[in-house]
Amino acid sequence: MQPSVSIKDLSLNFGNVKVLEHLNLDIAQGEFIVLLGPSGCGKSTLLNCIAGLLDVSEGQIFISGKNVTWEEPKDRGIGMVFQSYALYPQMSVEKNLSFGLRVAGMPKAEIASRVARAAEILQIQPLLNRKPANLSGGQRQRVAIGRALVRDVDVFLFDEPLSNLDAKLRSDLRVEIKRLHQRLKNTMIYVTHDQIEALTLADRIAIMKNGVIQQLADPHTIYNKPTNLYVAGFIGSPSMNFIKGTVDGGTFTAEDGTKIPVGAYDFAVQPASGAKAVLGVRPEHILLGDAAQGMPFQTQAEIEIVEPMGSETLAWTKVAGIPVTFRCSSDIPLHAGDKVTVGFDIARGSLFDAQSENRL
Amino acid sequence: MSQATAINAPAPSRGTVSGTEPRGPRPKPFFTPKKIIIYTTLFFFSLYFLFPLYVMVVTSLKTMPEIRFGNIVALPAAPSFDAWVRAWTSACTGLTCNGLAPGFWNSVKITIPSTIVSIFVAAVNGYALVNWRFKGSEVFFAILIFGSFIPYQVMLYPLVMITRELGIFGSLQGVIVIHTIFGMPILTLLFRNYFASLPQELFKAARVDGAGFWRIFFEIMLPMSLPIFVVALILQITGIWNDFLFGVVFAGTQNLPMTVQLNNIVNSAQGTPEYNVNMAATVLTGLVPLIIYFVSGKLFVRGVAAGAVKG
Repeated sequence: MQPSVSIKDLSLNFGNVKVLEHLNLDIAQGEFIVLLGPSGCGKSTLLNCIAGLLDVSEGQIFISGKNVTWEEPKDRGIGMVFQSYALYPQMSVEKNLSFGLRVAGMPKAEIASRVARAAEILQIQPLLNRKPANLSGGQRQRVAIGRALVRDVDVFLFDEPLSNLDAKLRSDLRVEIKRLHQRLKNTMIYVTHDQIEALTLADRIAIMKNGVIQQLADPHTIYNKPTNLYVAGFIGSPSMNFIKGTVDGGTFTAEDGTKIPVGAYDFAVQPASGAKAVLGVRPEHILLGDAAQGMPFQTQAEIEIVEPMGSETLAWTKVAGIPVTFRCSSDIPLHAGDKVTVGFDIARGSLFDAQSENRL
Repeated sequence: MSQATAINAPAPSRGTVSGTEPRGPRPKPFFTPKKIIIYTTLFFFSLYFLFPLYVMVVTSLKTMPEIRFGNIVALPAAPSFDAWVRAWTSACTGLTCNGLAPGFWNSVKITIPSTIVSIFVAAVNGYALVNWRFKGSEVFFAILIFGSFIPYQVMLYPLVMITRELGIFGSLQGVIVIHTIFGMPILTLLFRNYFASLPQELFKAARVDGAGFWRIFFEIMLPMSLPIFVVALILQITGIWNDFLFGVVFAGTQNLPMTVQLNNIVNSAQGTPEYNVNMAATVLTGLVPLIIYFVSGKLFVRGVAAGAVKG
C-alpha cells in the first residue's frame, strides 16, 4: 500500500540556520504519527511544511501519492488544528466550520450536511450559533477540530492542540482525539512536546532533535529500546538512571569500581572489550526486597528521599556513587535512612556507547 | 495555670484592640498628598489649555465696540451669534465674500476620499508586510518609515512637477493622492504593528481553509481591526482637515480647503480686523477635529495601545 504521507529528503533553512536536514518519513494510511521533541527541534516546522504553510528548501512531500511540494495548503488534502485554536473571532461556530467550504464554493445543502455531521461527531450542536469568545477552551479546541473535519480531508495535522488546556481537560480531549481517530481512521500527524500525549496516542512516535528524527518506532519500542542516549533521557518521567563506566564482555564496571553483570542484556552490537559505555535503567526496573532476589545485580542502598505519588512511591538513593531513582508500590513503607536491597533488571535496561551515544 | 487562662479567656484582651487591628479592605482616604498634587497639577494644566479657547468663544460672541474696550476675559454683555453667521456666510476670503461655507465643503470633499483611500492602502500595506512577507519586504518597510523623517517642504516642488506631469495638479484627485502618499508611513506602521499582534495561526488557518490574499484581508483581518481603524480614522481626519500646505499647493483654486480660507479671512489686509468674526471662523474650523476627539476619545486610546510598538 502506498504511504499516505511521504517526506523525501526534506530540508529547510532559514537563512543560514538549518531547521530540518535531509528528513525522510513515510506515514501509512490511517496511521497516527506523533512528532515529539523539545521546543526548537523542528517538529512544528515539519508540520508547517507538510501543510504547505512554509516553502521547503529541498526535497519533496507526497500526500496520497500526489507530489504536493509546490501545492497551496488548500490543495493538499489536509486539515490543521492549531494550539491557539485560531478560530475566526467574529464568526459564529457554524461560520467557522463552514468558512473553508464557502471559500471553495460548495453548494449550501452540502455545507449544511457536512457541518451537521461534524457537529454531531464532536457533540457541539448546541454551540453552533455562539461566537468563539463565548466558548470554553475545550469547546474551542473541539470547534477547531471540527473545522478540519468538515473539509473531509485525508490527513489531519495537529500542532500541539492540547497545550493551552488545563491538565484535566487535556486528558479528556486526549481520549477524544484517540476515539476520533479510531472512528475516522484518517492519517493523523500530531506535534507535541508532551511525552504522555505521544505515548498514549501514537501508533508510531518520531522523536526529533535539531531537525533530525532520532528514532521512529512504536511507543513500546521507544520506551523500552531507545535507540540512543537522547531518546532514553527524553522519554520517561522520572527519567532513566544513567551510570557511566566501561563494558567488558558480560561485565559493566562503574566509574567507582562497582561491577554489574550484564550477561542478561541483549546486545545489538557487541562492544569492544573495555569500551566506555553508559548503563541506563528505568526507575521501575530497579526492584526492591524479595523482587530484587534473582536479579543479576543486587546491592545495599540507603534511601535518601521518598516521594509518595499516591499510586506509587518514588525513592532516591545512591548506587555506585550515583543518585538513582526507583519506583515501587506505595504499599511498601519506605523512609529516608532505610537500608534496602535493590536489584537491577538488566535484561530490560539499556546500554549505550559513551562515544557515539548509540544503543549497544 | 497561666496557660489555661490564656486558652479559656482570650476574648477580653483581643476585644480591646480589634478596633485598630487591620482587617478587611484597606481604608482609602480621599485627601492624600499624592492625590492633591495630581489634581492640582491637572487643574492648572487644563486651565492653561482651556483659557485661550474661552477667550476665543467669548470674543466671538461680543460686538466690535465691546472688544475694543479691551477686557478680553469679560463675558459678553449681550451675546450675539452675528459674528458666527458672518464667518460662515459672508466673510471675505480674498476676492469672494461667501464666508467659510464653501471652504467647509471643500474640506469635506478633500478629507473624506483622502481618508478612505489612505487608510485602505495603508491597511493593505500593513497586512501584506506582516502576513505575505516577500523578498525585501523589510527593506521596503524601512524605506517607507524613513520617508516620514523627511520634511514635507523638501518634497513639495518635485511633487508639483510629478502631479503636473500626471495631469492632476490643482485638482481634487491631486490633493487626494498627495494626502494618501504622506499618510502612508505612519499609517502603514500602525497597521503593520496591529496585524503583527494578531495571532499568526489565524492567518495560517485561513490559508489552510483555502482563502486567498483579499479574502483573508476582508473576511478575517478587517473585522478584527476596528480599534486600529478608529485610530487611523482620527489621525487622518484631523491631519487632513488641519492641513494647510498641501491644500493651498495641490488642491487648485476651486477646491481651497477651510484652513486656507480661514487664513484668508484672518490675514486679510484690508479694512479693520473683525476679531469676533475671526474668532468665530477659527472655532468653526477647529470644530470638526474637536468633535472627532470627543466622540471617539476612548476608542482612540484603546486603539493606540493596540497598535503600539510590537513585532
